[in-house]
Amino acid sequence: MTLVYSGVCSHGPGITGRADLADPALRDPFYAAFHAMRDEIAATKPDALIVLAAEHFANFFMDKMPSFAIGMGESYTGPIEDPDWLKIPHRAVKGDPDLSRRIIAEMMQTVDLTYCEEWRFDHGIMVPLHFLDPANELTVIPANINCQGPPLAPLHRAWAFGEALRRAADAVPERIALVATGGISHWPATPDSGKINEEWDREFMRRWVACDKDAMLSYTDEETYRDGGQGGFEIRAFIAAAAAAQGQGTLHFYTPIPIFAVGCTIASMEIA
Amino acid sequence: MSLYTLSKLLYELNRSDEAKARFQADRESFTHEFALDDEERSAILEGDIGLLYVLGVNGQILMHFAALIGVEWADYLQQMRDGVTRYGPVRAGLYAMTTRSDEKVAGL
Repeated sequence: MTLVYSGVCSHGPGITGRADLADPALRDPFYAAFHAMRDEIAATKPDALIVLAAEHFANFFMDKMPSFAIGMGESYTGPIEDPDWLKIPHRAVKGDPDLSRRIIAEMMQTVDLTYCEEWRFDHGIMVPLHFLDPANELTVIPANINCQGPPLAPLHRAWAFGEALRRAADAVPERIALVATGGISHWPATPDSGKINEEWDREFMRRWVACDKDAMLSYTDEETYRDGGQGGFEIRAFIAAAAAAQGQGTLHFYTPIPIFAVGCTIASMEIA
Repeated sequence: MSLYTLSKLLYELNRSDEAKARFQADRESFTHEFALDDEERSAILEGDIGLLYVLGVNGQILMHFAALIGVEWADYLQQMRDGVTRYGPVRAGLYAMTTRSDEKVAGL
């Protein structure tokens, strides 16, 4: 069939874990935007949802660190964090190994990736799923770009990964939705937690909404680290989602919410 | 004897219930499964979040260790700040502190 949806959203663990510390006037419109994204995805009647995250040492560590990975499991579990800390209960999520295998095989025509029959979801996937699939009904395929342990794949390779994802989605009969998750600027899990560079975020999202490939790929990691923090490296996930869609984007929601440690973002892009 | 090994211990602890149980039962012997130097071992045994942060442990691992040993979020942030005051700037890794010790950007 084709890629039927491409969007991006924030995934910070505070979004659920520290919900009670947030100002409802900021928090509730963000949750509403997440729910609108859920409805938009459901309306595309996807056979599977690919959640492309930038995980945080739940499955991948510097002992053997893949730049790019895709799940090929029968099922997955999460969260790996303490459910009381994240305030998301454990769930088993159904996968589709046959569909994964076909997508992975097609992507391998142009990109190298690691396939994974085992995958435990951390907040990078669980926070989005908590909002986007509250009833745990969707078939999910996890994907990952290493944004934590340098050396990191260059941005142009995140773009190539997104393009390969699109080609693979278009090559299978199933309807595929894609959600990429991550922060724009943020300094998570440090004393700086809550620092947000709104100007940098808005400029990145301006480039994302316009699907301006050259402008999105022009950031150096040094600039990103300086202006967007170590969390800013997760723009790789957003870039891949743009590469998959390559249409006109819409920023549905952006508001810095310091207790969530990120400029909370919901956006989607037409499939061109 | 390295930030990698120290981080590996915390990574194993975060993702394995069996490792958590061994750690809770006998912290000392758990740390001896890893080639740590005295400063690193003491940071784990004492639950010294500030020192672990200064040694360069990635916050995405450290925050879960803090939760495991019962350190609440606001205390986790404060113990990192106190660590920088006591031990000096973060020595390695990406998770340096760029705010002031008395600055609480999210109010905590």
